[in-house]
Amino acid sequence: MEKKKSARSVFFNGLISENPTFRLVLGTCPTMAVTTSATNGIGMGLAATFVLIGSNIVISLLRNFIPDKIRIPSFIVVICTFVTMVQMLLQAFVPSLYESLGMFIPLIVVNCIILARAEAFASKNSVALSAVDGLGMGLGFTVAITVMGAIRELLGNGTVFGTQIMPAAYQPMMLLVMPAGGFIVYGLMLGIINTIVNKKQKKEEEA
Amino acid sequence: MNAVAKLLLFMVSCVLTNNFIFSRFLGCCPFLGVSNKVETATGMGLAVTFVMALASLFTYVIYTWILVPLGLAYLSTIAFILVIASLVQVVEMFLKKSAPSLYAALGIYLPLITTNCAVLGVCLLNIGGSVTVAGQVIEYNLLYSVLNGVFGALGFLLAIVLMAGVRERLETADIPESFKGFPSSLIIAGLMSIAFLGFKGLV
Repeated sequence: MEKKKSARSVFFNGLISENPTFRLVLGTCPTMAVTTSATNGIGMGLAATFVLIGSNIVISLLRNFIPDKIRIPSFIVVICTFVTMVQMLLQAFVPSLYESLGMFIPLIVVNCIILARAEAFASKNSVALSAVDGLGMGLGFTVAITVMGAIRELLGNGTVFGTQIMPAAYQPMMLLVMPAGGFIVYGLMLGIINTIVNKKQKKEEEA
Repeated sequence: MNAVAKLLLFMVSCVLTNNFIFSRFLGCCPFLGVSNKVETATGMGLAVTFVMALASLFTYVIYTWILVPLGLAYLSTIAFILVIASLVQVVEMFLKKSAPSLYAALGIYLPLITTNCAVLGVCLLNIGGSVTVAGQVIEYNLLYSVLNGVFGALGFLLAIVLMAGVRERLETADIPESFKGFPSSLIIAGLMSIAFLGFKGLV
């Protein structure tokens, strides 16, 4: 590990090489629960990104003041504040999204990605870097769950972002928008991404 | 339908048809993380049951009799997570003093319960209104909230123990390298979820 991290490397670390959904496998509950459509995925992702950036900044600012013993409860209270803000904002400005995400908005509090970044990154790094880390991780999460939402929506409902893509004769696979589909699609995507990463590593070893 | 039948139906639906993991996606992290061995899975499930039962009792009381009368309902998430975190802490201290063997067996899983979304999830569900069981609308009151906590957690226990049983068998199976661990577990969970769909007709 290099001593001084550049903002660029921190950003792409979150977006690609340590993608929270596909590489770290954190925050699995919202990943599967809200990805019944691409719109839900992007909404959830952006809400979590907002919370992640906000909590990373505040926790980084407070990192020298929070006593080590009570750091987890302190982090949770900070995270919770931002989640409540997101909840109220969504309720006021995008009520339809608020309805469809339902209880998974307050549940962002216990999304392990956010607590993990607070613990592993924000409590040890400068404010600017923590904000970039929040942005990278948040966008990584957003991209991952939007893609997953699009796949499930396309196969399970024939649409993506609500527009009909599949020909009218296509019989939607209802299973994919049901809970079982969430597990299976996520499992297959993880497996495929692991295959790609393993192949790349082998090539690098050979080279 | 008489009250007893309604209660029984509600309990069955909590465990089987509205299973926290297979139909609500709550508590997936421990479900995937702590399901390597049947023993640890059982320990985790029991600890979660205990915390969930107490948490649904306390949060319901706090929400209905403190937050709502004071017009502070928007603070519910913060209040709930603090209640859960302190409950977990209390349970941890209590077990350490009175049942050290159980405490040692649960080990790291106790503090992890705070971030189990099934616990916060059940508290949010309880204040969220009603559930429909067998065509009957059941409003969550104090009794149903606590039952939701207890039987929802038992459903979680059932799911995680079943999963651990399958994964123990899979240890020796020949799975492609890239599908070892999380991917195969997720696909198994998906198949189990399909199996649980079969219970839909039950209530």
